[in-house]
Formats: sequence, structure tokens, C-alpha cells
Amino acid sequence: MSLSRKEIEKVSHLARLQLSDPELDAMTAQLANVVEYMETLSGLNTDDVEPLAHASDISNVLADDILKPSLSREEALANAPKRDAECYRVPAVLGD
Amino acid sequence: MTHDAFQTIIGLEVHVQLQTQTKLFCRCSTAFGAPPNTQTCPVCIGMPGALPVMNGKAYQLALRTAVALHCEIPRFTKWDRKQYYYPDLPKGYQISQFDLPMSQNGHLAISDPSGVFEPKKVGIIRAHLEDDAGKSMHDEAASKADSRIDLNRTGTPLLEIVSEPDMRSAAEARAYLSELKLLLMYLDVSDCNMQEGSLRVDANINLHLETSHGKVATPIVEVKNMNSFRAVERALSYEAGRQFELWEERHIQLGGPGGHKTTRGWDDEVQVTRPQREKEESSDYRYFPDPDLVPVITETDHVEEVRRNLDELPAAIRKRLESKYKITSYDTDVIVNQGRDFVDFYVTVAESCGDGKRASNWLQQDVLRTLKEAELSIEEFPVSADSLGDLLNRVSAGDLDNSRAKDVFSRMFNEQESVEEAMSALGIVKVDTSALESLCRELVTANPKVVADVQEGKSQAIGALIGQARKQNSNANPAEVKRICLKIIASL
Ligand SMILES: [Zn+2]
Repeated sequence: MSLSRKEIEKVSHLARLQLSDPELDAMTAQLANVVEYMETLSGLNTDDVEPLAHASDISNVLADDILKPSLSREEALANAPKRDAECYRVPAVLGD
Repeated sequence: MTHDAFQTIIGLEVHVQLQTQTKLFCRCSTAFGAPPNTQTCPVCIGMPGALPVMNGKAYQLALRTAVALHCEIPRFTKWDRKQYYYPDLPKGYQISQFDLPMSQNGHLAISDPSGVFEPKKVGIIRAHLEDDAGKSMHDEAASKADSRIDLNRTGTPLLEIVSEPDMRSAAEARAYLSELKLLLMYLDVSDCNMQEGSLRVDANINLHLETSHGKVATPIVEVKNMNSFRAVERALSYEAGRQFELWEERHIQLGGPGGHKTTRGWDDEVQVTRPQREKEESSDYRYFPDPDLVPVITETDHVEEVRRNLDELPAAIRKRLESKYKITSYDTDVIVNQGRDFVDFYVTVAESCGDGKRASNWLQQDVLRTLKEAELSIEEFPVSADSLGDLLNRVSAGDLDNSRAKDVFSRMFNEQESVEEAMSALGIVKVDTSALESLCRELVTANPKVVADVQEGKSQAIGALIGQARKQNSNANPAEVKRICLKIIASL
């Protein structure tokens, strides 16, 4: 399977990456290589292999419902590119 | 809206906030109404390297709900990342469940006591556990092109309950929501407060039509922004009508050109739905298993234990009240809708007075009205179920009549008196039978006209004697006076 440049454009949009034309060309070739490499896996016979949803075989790691301190507002907003006294500020959200 | 020309098909997606102290994957508080951005941590604001850990209580509440909805509980379940960009979603993905949800294939039975629709079971496709997004507020006052983001809600546990498209009218959709809310309240898993966003409803709706070319369907519309059950009912009625008019005009079919699914928002002020900006297609969410979270395995034994430990739920309580206390489905509905404490109160009153119908009437009229006027809940009600039962028992025994009993009840509530205290304060004593008989005998002798009327079959004429008896002795029980007078007249 190879990836088209159109697919790379779509994926980069979904990931909110702004790629220049040369970058898109490079990504198309490189990602196609990665995907092709992964495809070698489909050559394996997996008839007797259970589907796997997680790499470790640990399960049921559950925490007690007990409050722990949160960050202060100042700490929480510290990295915001734009903020006011209480909130993060972002370009207007349309719709709802 | 019902219409012969089409059938309305409705499925509902309900997001309910589970009642935990802390969030789904971190231990920040879920309390509503805190100052903005004071309940966050590196996990819930998506800092790199933060490690989410599942809230065990949230999982148990979700499991209890799924079991009560008769869902299958697969042994193995896992969580997936659903990727999209939105300013209120700091991680860049929601942690949700994709192909292996924690529960599936359940149902919820709905019915309508006034018979607007036939009782039915609405299928539950799945109920899965996921985290909530934050809140964005448009800053209109500042007239800047900015939105303000509060991430306190981010990471709050939600159970998403997805129904089959089994509802055929807006009334059925509303009944489903009422029944689901009641169930969640009885399960004690959520406060279901729609104003605070603890219960949110999205609806999918389209129409099936019979045409000369066979059955066709209109494109599916997802309706959002409905902030009350009444709004859901109105929005769906409106939307069905809108889709029918659009069909007549343009004949766009589901799956045909222009027939893809769209999203509309309900405008409660204008009472219309309006198109909303579409989010990315579902295939673009690029779900994959969250590598930070391990799966949860739930053994059958545990599911059975949860099932055994469920308290009695609304549907079963209705059945029990109806059969044991011989009250109508309408009456049981009113009682059960008030919540478990009210049901317990009713049962105690009914048991202690031995008359389920009388207990039901009193609870629905006097008790509910008093609670409402005084803005009290049944737990705060100063008249105990036992003492109300005692009062009603005396009414049944003929010690006092219903209207005197209401006076007693009102003293019991206002003065916090016992039944005896209230009765003696009102001078209510049972008139002994021989005194009542001689009173009746005097009245019969003094009123030959009434006697003649009764003898001619106008039995309502007896009312005049009852009135006179009450004038002479306010404690005379009208029903007793009537019975004795009729007996005397019959023996003349
Ligand atoms: Zn947190």
C-alpha cells in the first residue's frame, strides 16, 4: 500500500500541522516507507494469536476516589499563550 | 408529531455525569461551580508525560448502571483515544471507548399511564465510560473575538448511553428520558441536573415514508442544544415536521445525493432547529487504544454480585405497589416519580392504615401539596409516616371524617403535634354510637319531608340530615350519620 499526497495533506490537516510543499513531498515518501514496512507484519500467520489490546498484561489498575490537591490557577495558566485573570483565551469558538 | 404519511425514527445519546468526588483519570475535584481553572492538574490539562489512572468508583457506578439497563458486560474492556482539536479539549483527544465498550445490548422499558403510546422496550446499543471536555464561553461583553476556556470540567467521568433508534414519537423520547433519569436517580449514580450539565441529550432523528417506489428514509439529523426534556420533545416534534416539509419539497433521501447526516441545534427561544457547524467525520477520529491505560477485566461473578446488590428499581416498585396496595398505574407513577424516600413513606403509611388507596390519595394531595408549599423534601417532613398512618387508620375506623382529618393533619404539620394532641386541641372526640343513634332518631322525627323524599328513592335528600347533625355535633361522622339515618328510615 502506498500513500497519496492527498492523504498526507488530509492527515496533516487533522493533526493541525502546517507543512510546506517540499515537506509534504518528503512526508509522502517517508510515511509511505513506514506504512510499507509495517505491512510486512501482515505476512505473518496470526491464526492462533489472540487479539491484543495492550502491550502489557496488567489489568484493572484503579484508583480510590479520594481528592488530591489540584494546581493553583496561576500554575495551570502558566503556559497559556493568551490568558486573562481567570481563563485561557482562544480565538472565538464558533457553533456551540 | 404524529402523521399518517410518515413514521418518525428517533435514537437518543445521553451523557450522564457520574457522582464521584474526583475526575475519571486524575484526583481533581468534580464539584460544580468552582472558580474557573482551579480544579485542574497536569493529567486533565494534558501536560506531556502525565499518567492517567482510572477512578475505581466511576467504573463501579458505570457498571451498576449498565447492569440495571440489562446490558451484557463483556469480560474485557479497554479505552481508546478519540482525536480531534477543540479549544476545550486540551489533550487533543478524548479518552473514550471504541470497539470494546464496557457494556452493550441492553434495554429500558417505557410506558405511559395515560396510554399515549403502547408500552415498549427501547434497546440500549451500548453504555461506555469516557471523560468530559472543558467549558468554552464566548466573551461577548469584551466584544473581542475571543473565547474563554475553563478546564475545571475537563476529565469529569461521563457515561454515554446510546439507544437503538427505537422511539417513534417525541412523546416516546421524552418518556425514555424520564424513565432513564428516574433509574439513574434510584441507582444513586448521578444527580441528573440538566442545568449543571450532569445530563445531556443528543437525538438522532429521521423519517420513514411510504412512497409509490417503496419505503424511503430522510437523511438523519443529529439535534443538539436541548436543555430540558420539554425542549427535547418540542425539538423532535419540530424536526419531524421540518423533515417532512423538506421531503415534500426536495425528495432528498438518506444516503442519496445531499443525504448525509447533518447536525442541527435547537433554538429554544424561537422554537426551531438550525444548522450547526459540522465536526470532523467519525472516521477521522483515528481511534486507537490508549497506551497509558490498562484494560479492565470484569468477571461474571462480579457482575452477578452487582446485580444481586441492586436496590429495587422503579419498574419493579411500580409493579409491587400496584399489586400489593391495589392502586392505579397512574397513582404508582406519581409516587415512584417522587423518589425512593417517598415510596418508603407511602409504604409505611399504607401498611399502618391498611388502605393503600387512601394512603395514595393523601400522599398525592395533602402531603405533596404541603411539601411543595413549604419547600421541603420528604426526608425533612415533620409528620412521620407512622403518625400519618395512625391518622388515616382512625379515618378508616370512622373515628373522624376526612375533612376533620385534614384539620388534624394541618395541626400535626404546623404545630408538630401527635394525632392525639391535634385531635384534642380541635375538640375531636369520637361520638359514641348510642349518642349518635339518638341524635339521628331525633333528626328523622323532626324532618318528615326528608324521610318522605328518601322513601321515594331520592337518597341524596339525606344530605340535609347530615348537615343538621354536624351543626349539633361537629364530631358527628357524616358517613356514620348517613348509615344510621338510612337504617332508621328503612325500619319505619
Ligand atoms: Zn486533574
